[in-house]
Amino acid sequence: MTQDWPLFEVFIRSRSGLEHKHVGSVHASDARMAIEHARDVYTRRQEGVSLWVVRSSDIMASDPAEADALFEPARDKVYRHPTFYAIPDEVKNL
Amino acid sequence: MYTQALDSLGKDCLPAGSTQGSALEARFQARVDADEKIEPKDWMPDAYRQTLIRQISQHAHSEIVGMLPEGNWITRAPTLRRKAVLIAKVQDEGGHGMYLYSAAETLGISRQQMIEQLLAGTAKYSSIFNYPTLTWADVGAVGWLVDGAAIMNQIPICRCSYGPYARAMVRICREESFHQRQGFEIMLALARGSAEQRQMAQDALNRWWWPSIMMFGPSDTQSKHTAQSMRWKIKRFTNDELRQKFIDITAPQAEFLGLKIPDPQLHRDEGSEHYRFGTIDWSEFQAVLQGNGPCNRERLEARRHAHAEGGWVREAAAAHAEKQRARAAQAA
Ligand SMILES: [Fe+2]
Ligand SMILES: [Fe+2]
Repeated sequence: MTQDWPLFEVFIRSRSGLEHKHVGSVHASDARMAIEHARDVYTRRQEGVSLWVVRSSDIMASDPAEADALFEPARDKVYRHPTFYAIPDEVKNL
Repeated sequence: MYTQALDSLGKDCLPAGSTQGSALEARFQARVDADEKIEPKDWMPDAYRQTLIRQISQHAHSEIVGMLPEGNWITRAPTLRRKAVLIAKVQDEGGHGMYLYSAAETLGISRQQMIEQLLAGTAKYSSIFNYPTLTWADVGAVGWLVDGAAIMNQIPICRCSYGPYARAMVRICREESFHQRQGFEIMLALARGSAEQRQMAQDALNRWWWPSIMMFGPSDTQSKHTAQSMRWKIKRFTNDELRQKFIDITAPQAEFLGLKIPDPQLHRDEGSEHYRFGTIDWSEFQAVLQGNGPCNRERLEARRHAHAEGGWVREAAAAHAEKQRARAAQAA
């Protein structure tokens, strides 16, 4: 048996105005075929109006072991959220 | 999805039983207990990975082989409407196979390996697809009972601890419900038809009932993997619990159709609100699983044939992609 075709990650824009979202992956010999396979596999019920395919090997992912180092520093910065600030109820439009 | 990144993880990562290993294992179990999802690049015990690879690939194979018994009736569907519906359903099952193969690949097995295992006959798939679809009524019975049982099995897996499997399952479950309803509609049309049509529907129910309730797998007392799978939240209910639920909701549906479930012991237990049912012939289940069902050989032959017939297409596409790549490289 020959080698598997390359793997592509599939992203769908479900409606115009929304962002593309990852939905899964397909194997295909090239990008054009990946789009066609993605259409058959992931949009049989009008799930989207636009498709992106990206070679899986081109995706760089953050390391789960570094998740704390990367995302923890944001945890104690509650002052980045509007609810952190106490404003009297009488003050409107703020 | 991110399969290529997984090669360094898993089995060789840590010596089994090392203190570090068991600390990781305890952390892993704590995450599962807290209902966190495990993702492809996260650390996981090798046995968890192997269990999932086995289960997801078997599940994928079942969807793929499952296209055969119904595909058998596409050219002979009684109306254009039924034919369009059946094509859509069979195509969905192919799609389910694709979602699941993708999910399994995130655990470090290649698509090719899985296909090879299926074609070599070393991989298992659901025993139900080794039964023949003899009449059009079988297409109704399969949708109603087989997809019905599959839904019952699959809904809890939407909450499985392994993210890619759970997400594939959500997509699948969303698509399954039409499968069951179109099957029931076929049965309803036959049940309300001529005496001959009613007989066809009854005959299909007679043949599909027991195999369908065997789909939930061996009884809890015999099931080898249940306890561990439940601890890992791969499984949420036992085989017997799911089987009971299925029978409880299906028996009244059969009654509505005016058909008789082929189990003389089946009756509603007023005290518990559950249906009690007769003894399952597990020797039949074992025989089918071991390759001796009515259609095992035919199913595998059909898959091998399809794969071989598609060989030139795969080669041509690969050659074309290579040529395009070379041309682009030359132009650059
Ligand atoms: Fe399915
Ligand atoms: Fe289905």
